[in-house]
Amino acid sequence: MNVDWLNFTPWSSLAGGALIGLAASLFVIANGRIAGISGLIGSLLQRGSEGVSEKALFLLGLLIAPLLWASFATLPQIEFKNGWVGLIVAGVLVGIGTRYGSGCTSGHGVCGISRLSPRSMVATACFMFSGFVTVFILRHLLGG
Amino acid sequence: MTKLTAFIAGLLFGLGLLLAGMANPGKVLAFLDLAGAWDPSLALVMVGAIAVAIGPLTWARRQSSSLLGRPMQLPIKRELDPRLIGGSLLFGVGWGIAGICPGPAVAILLTGRWQAIVFMLSMLAGMVLFTALESRRSH
Repeated sequence: MNVDWLNFTPWSSLAGGALIGLAASLFVIANGRIAGISGLIGSLLQRGSEGVSEKALFLLGLLIAPLLWASFATLPQIEFKNGWVGLIVAGVLVGIGTRYGSGCTSGHGVCGISRLSPRSMVATACFMFSGFVTVFILRHLLGG
Repeated sequence: MTKLTAFIAGLLFGLGLLLAGMANPGKVLAFLDLAGAWDPSLALVMVGAIAVAIGPLTWARRQSSSLLGRPMQLPIKRELDPRLIGGSLLFGVGWGIAGICPGPAVAILLTGRWQAIVFMLSMLAGMVLFTALESRRSH
């Protein structure tokens, strides 16, 4: 294994993670809800969901975070690696996969593991595994 | 009050994603590229998030309502079914292609990049497709 020390950002990643954990903690302590982004978006797409305003306001906060950031500092680098075909295929897979799997990196990976849910641990292992395999195939087998 | 806490939680979540590097698809893909020049940073995002959230979420499991009096709505499902596993595997493939998961997809939407908009619309289409397939199944 060949670690890219040059791009390794342990402190900002730890601090950013802690902030994510703080946000998830606030949402569950105050609102009694899991900060799972795919679940929040998915439920707003379905008719007759409860708590629409709270869910929408959480997502609004998430949406305007870069605007708040940009008013104090330069936004961090956002580098895309795909053309539109890759983005569409990836987006559809992420959309349908997170709904069938009842969660994503936030709901399973952060909140689920934090409440020691076996379902979330299995889900996280599954999407990490297929993520690693997919990048390996695309970058090293197909040489993309 | 719960509206305000929801908004602040979302805002903090987004700032955390930006600070952590999770909102940069190139960095996410570098984390998923074990055989290449591997950037382990994002493992620390999970470590930091879980270290902070494990206490509050453990507390939440024992409560029936939140501090602001809202019902505690934690998932109750226990079984490891094919939907959980198949769905999560599928999600990982999409994540591995573009390096974007749902949280960052929202957090980068207003940064003015066309890629963020294309990804978001496709993700929403995938979710709508799920809802359509589910409602057909239940009829």
